[in-house]
Amino acid sequence: MSKSRNFLLAGFIVTLVLAGFGSYYASSYPDGLEKVASDIGFIETAQDHTNADGVLADYSFKGIDNARFSGGLAGVIGVFATGIAAGGLFMLIRRKPSGAQHK
Amino acid sequence: MHIPDGFIDLPTSGIFAAASAAGIALSLKGAKKSLDEKSAPLAGLTATFIFAVQMLNFPVAAGTSGHLLGGALAAVLVGPYAATLALSVVLLMQSFLFADGGLSALGLNIFNMAFIGVWVGYGFFLLIRKLLPKTKSSITIAASIAGLLSVPAAATGFVLQYAIGGTATFSVQTVLAAMVGTHVLIGIGEAIITGLAVGAVMASRSDLVYGWRGNSSLLEIRKSI
Repeated sequence: MSKSRNFLLAGFIVTLVLAGFGSYYASSYPDGLEKVASDIGFIETAQDHTNADGVLADYSFKGIDNARFSGGLAGVIGVFATGIAAGGLFMLIRRKPSGAQHK
Repeated sequence: MHIPDGFIDLPTSGIFAAASAAGIALSLKGAKKSLDEKSAPLAGLTATFIFAVQMLNFPVAAGTSGHLLGGALAAVLVGPYAATLALSVVLLMQSFLFADGGLSALGLNIFNMAFIGVWVGYGFFLLIRKLLPKTKSSITIAASIAGLLSVPAAATGFVLQYAIGGTATFSVQTVLAAMVGTHVLIGIGEAIITGLAVGAVMASRSDLVYGWRGNSSLLEIRKSI
């Protein structure tokens, strides 16, 4: 059991470091779809995102000017939000140990 | 690859939103069977890892970047149903919290990345695994190649949506050629990251890997009969 816990903890720490620290070094070139859309000419059909003014829009924390800290904080928040949402969902739907099953 | 609002008209987006809702419902059923005490936490970690690595855009060619999709990676680690759910959670978070991927385009994006990316990736993984010897490194190699192929497949999903309900009028062939060409390059990055991640889990906890357990659980079932 502790082997499992160590593995999950190590994985989670790697994930936090990638989102909180590594993301600063990500390429800021347009992604494949954006590039294709602007090369061909339909990028103008894109509309602004409904939440474009949101606190975490574009993976930066609104109001924090330091890019490294702003992006890192947004990434860490995203990791926790995704972890809680996905982890909660999967723990909820998993097969329970046979002792706990009533059928 | 996250489609913004406006590229695809609303009726088409609505159809794909309905298809995505149906696919998620089926995946909830499928994942219920495959997830247990041990694999459920790994599925949560997989979703979290994909969210983080999707932030890490890497440059692929002059002025273009790409990032991991993670469909094949997730399918190999936790099975295709749980993988679809993991990718869907990631896409929901990105769209609602980070303004990445339009709200009206959510169904389009789930269809391309959580369905096509996952299932095409998983299909190629099974096929390639069959062709390779039954060793641990075969799992990593098969996952990596499946990752490569899943990216242009997901990009083709966008072309399908553009053909049905694109708001621009450029020819579908032009869009297809550009999307597939660009995303084969991005697929190389996908292959490398998928190989590294699956390789790392295979090295430390191969017992948790769905695509590997598939091999050994058959034996267990036979034994218990």
